[in-house]
Amino acid sequence: MKDKKKILAGLVIFFAAITFPFWFNMGKAAPAPELVLTAKAKAAKTCVMPTAFMKAEHMQLLDVWRHNVVRNGERAFVNAEGKLYTMSLSNTCLDCHSNKAEFCDRCHNYASVRPYCWDCHLDNPKGE
Amino acid sequence: MNKNYMVSLIAVIVLFLIAYVGTQQGAGLQLVFGIIVPYLAVSLFVVGFARRVMGWSRSAVPFRITTTCGQQSSMPWIKQAKIDNPSSTLGVIVRMFLEIVCFRSLFRNTRMKLNGGTRLTYQLELFLWIGALAFHYAFFAVVVRHLRFFTEPVPFFVTLTEQVDGFMRMEVLYDAVQAGLPGVYMSGLVLLAAALYLFLRRVFIPQVRTISLAADFFPLFLIMGIALSGIFMRYFAKVDIVAIKALTMGLVTFRPTIPEGVSGLFFAHLFLVSILLAYFPFSKLMHLGGVFLSPTRNMTGNTRQVRHVNPWNYPVKVHTYDEYEDDFREKMIEAGLPVVKMPEEQA
Amino acid sequence: MADELIKPDELLSQIDHRPSGAGWMDTPVDIRKGMYCYASNPKSVETLGLPNARPWNPLEDDWKLPENWQQIVHDGFRERLDKFRSFKVFMDICVRCGACADKCHFFIGTGDPKNMPVLRAELLRSVYRNDFTTAGKILGRLGGARPMTLDVLKEWWYYLFQCTECRRCSVFCPYGIDTAEITIMGREILNLLGLNIDWIATPVANCYRTGNHLGIQPHAFKDMLDFFVDDIEEVTGVRVQPAYMEKGADILFITPSGDVFADPGTYTCMGYMLLFHYLKEKYGLKITWSTYASEGGNFGFFTSHETMKRLNSKMYAEARRLGVKWILGGECGHMWRVISQYMDTMNGPADFLEEPVNPITGTKFENAKSTKMVHIAEFTADLIKHGKLDLDPSRNDNKIITFHDSCNPSRGMGMLDEPRYVIQNVANHFYEMPANTIREQTFCCGSGAGLNAGENMELRMAGGFPRANAVKYVHETFGVNMLACVCAIDRAALPASMGYWVPEVEVTGLHELVANALIMPGEKERETDLRGEPLPGMEE
Repeated sequence: MKDKKKILAGLVIFFAAITFPFWFNMGKAAPAPELVLTAKAKAAKTCVMPTAFMKAEHMQLLDVWRHNVVRNGERAFVNAEGKLYTMSLSNTCLDCHSNKAEFCDRCHNYASVRPYCWDCHLDNPKGE
Repeated sequence: MNKNYMVSLIAVIVLFLIAYVGTQQGAGLQLVFGIIVPYLAVSLFVVGFARRVMGWSRSAVPFRITTTCGQQSSMPWIKQAKIDNPSSTLGVIVRMFLEIVCFRSLFRNTRMKLNGGTRLTYQLELFLWIGALAFHYAFFAVVVRHLRFFTEPVPFFVTLTEQVDGFMRMEVLYDAVQAGLPGVYMSGLVLLAAALYLFLRRVFIPQVRTISLAADFFPLFLIMGIALSGIFMRYFAKVDIVAIKALTMGLVTFRPTIPEGVSGLFFAHLFLVSILLAYFPFSKLMHLGGVFLSPTRNMTGNTRQVRHVNPWNYPVKVHTYDEYEDDFREKMIEAGLPVVKMPEEQA
Repeated sequence: MADELIKPDELLSQIDHRPSGAGWMDTPVDIRKGMYCYASNPKSVETLGLPNARPWNPLEDDWKLPENWQQIVHDGFRERLDKFRSFKVFMDICVRCGACADKCHFFIGTGDPKNMPVLRAELLRSVYRNDFTTAGKILGRLGGARPMTLDVLKEWWYYLFQCTECRRCSVFCPYGIDTAEITIMGREILNLLGLNIDWIATPVANCYRTGNHLGIQPHAFKDMLDFFVDDIEEVTGVRVQPAYMEKGADILFITPSGDVFADPGTYTCMGYMLLFHYLKEKYGLKITWSTYASEGGNFGFFTSHETMKRLNSKMYAEARRLGVKWILGGECGHMWRVISQYMDTMNGPADFLEEPVNPITGTKFENAKSTKMVHIAEFTADLIKHGKLDLDPSRNDNKIITFHDSCNPSRGMGMLDEPRYVIQNVANHFYEMPANTIREQTFCCGSGAGLNAGENMELRMAGGFPRANAVKYVHETFGVNMLACVCAIDRAALPASMGYWVPEVEVTGLHELVANALIMPGEKERETDLRGEPLPGMEE
């Protein structure tokens, strides 16, 4: 029956659509990206907060920093260990993590995240 | 208290807990919930879906029983409702498109009221239509967005969906509550709200409460559970997104792995999605496929113009004219009605 | 019968559209007097050779079913799932959104939750899940499944004969689920056990043998038409001469036998006769009647697809035997559903007929090219459009008219504007009922699909309530006093419903109005309409 063929065709199209991820990635291995720490970052050993926290919450921390700096004019950040940092993406974060492409972008691209940090901030403030 | 929805609610909570507890340290069932169950679920979905649709296709369409919702094609000076009573394939395609994409029939919905016990009124009632549209489109957006976990590089239509979906920035920064980063996707919230609406109408509208089965509540709770756990992971109990993508990419590239640092919440989320997929072909959710095959909508209304063939048409016993005349010949002659055989010709 | 009938305000006061309490599966069926039709007469079942002919009474516990009735139901169900994709898909995909719930005239008029289309279908679906789906087998009641028991069977019977197959719900369903289709399948399965109602079974048997539902034998059929000839002469002074089974006539005319038998359909029948006489005198068009195919309606449709086909076969058989060019069909509801969506498929192709052309106007009825059967409203509309009829609409001036779209011509065919065009050309006062009650959203008269019996009057009045309520609105707003329709069941059912709900409104067929306005060649000055009521300006 003609009708059966049409239904089969529809079904094939549907399955082609829903199996998109399988054939789109065919033959590709897409392992999680490796972060590259600069020498300075390695030397520092710890970030402003523990690594696990930074992995999940860095965007929230940066948002709070921005808020405190821009709205309240506060620049001092003291972490749980009592260590003092200046709240600054350009001067604190990027001081160690000066390799945006290998540090920030790799994961952001992998997870399809487009942070709007770079709408304003230069990604390489020291011009290195 | 309603047994139908309590049973469904408890079922969803139990399912959630099974996966959550099962993937805690010590239990170590990550392999089961992260790899085996998702593969099983997808296989069940594909095989079940295909079987159901092919089952439908095996049943015949003996008659063209179009529901004509407008003026037929008639004489040229009478304006035909070309979409609601289509006489061409194009008309049917437009009708089906509007039905599937815009839920056109639901748009007609009215609410009947008996006013003062004597007067009937029919009021346009669009909440169901709006709720259904919101639900389905939000769901669709959520599914497309999630392709970012299943593709590398992430294709443009996914990022585009993300951008449109994340158009509204809602950042809340109080000491007590901090939310809104990563950027808020409207679809997730709309999906949850629409599912909640669809649930509440099943509880509070008496007619809908009467017709609702456990099978109507279960998928709603399941979807609410999926949306809630997703929203929670994104905005509150933030998870290691890179590790999760490593897991999901492992699944779609057939190199399954369980990376470090994937939380139990994620496994519970994934398990509920797997349940939804596996449950799909055996439930009313198959309306996704069935809507395309509804004979009252997907056929032309010009049944007098173009003959439809019934594949199992068979001859039936009829009362022929000759038998009829044999029964009534005398009376017919007496009444002056024409007959074929005169009585003396009968042997 | 009539004096036992519940009063309209009592009927209204017992409606509650907010079902509550126990789940519907826990509410046992209560076969209530006034709401059901009597069981089929075994003789009628025998005439057709249908199964399990025996006397039985729905009120008794024992329905005298065959020993293996559950197996018969199960097998019948399976067979229909394979034969009808509609049935299978509709069993599977309903999401119970409830959009159909308040669209059914029987639910509106009774408030009985099982009259919500979705629950009517769930009566079958629950058994379907139990018998044919894995999920239903595993989950049982929780999955909405239940085994077929005698109580379930009785519930099927009670509620499948409280559906008039009007398809209003299917207009609103987002998946186009058509309860008529469910009811048709359910009734077919019930018929496998001999569970029909007599108001269907006996007309079907009559139709099979004598050619029409009322069992009018050929000579009596002619007598009745002769009687109309006298009446027409009295009113118009013209003596019409209907032709019977005339070989070589141009057109075979078939209309429901109700028009020959009962007022006010009889006036519509006189209308046809006047029109045909007019066309013969003026244009030499030869239209013939047949006593063999003297039934347009098809109660077989309410029994099973097979029975429908057996009765319908006479139309093409007679057209072929008489050698006419094409067939003209009278005003009827389900007759046109059958002609429009079933006849050509079942009993066609009608390659022995010509593609219908109106010989007077030259119009090709393209939309009837394959069936070769034209609706008389299309035919008359075409004649009027081409100015082929002399009409004096003022003769209908004392009639303030509204038009009731019959279920099947609207939702199974889409004939909406042709009858309106005709009315507006033969009468001057026409008002539409509210938009949600006409055209594709029209309400059933409440007595279709074989439920037009006397014993179920309460059901009929309840089902007729939405239609009557809309008529009442135009009656009160515009002074409407005449309800026009193109359906013989309407003409039989609506007078009762109007008498009950809106006593000031009468019912007429379309062609009664046409004939009142039609100026016949050689007619005398008319003083009355076909009913013998004085024409406007002729009242003493």
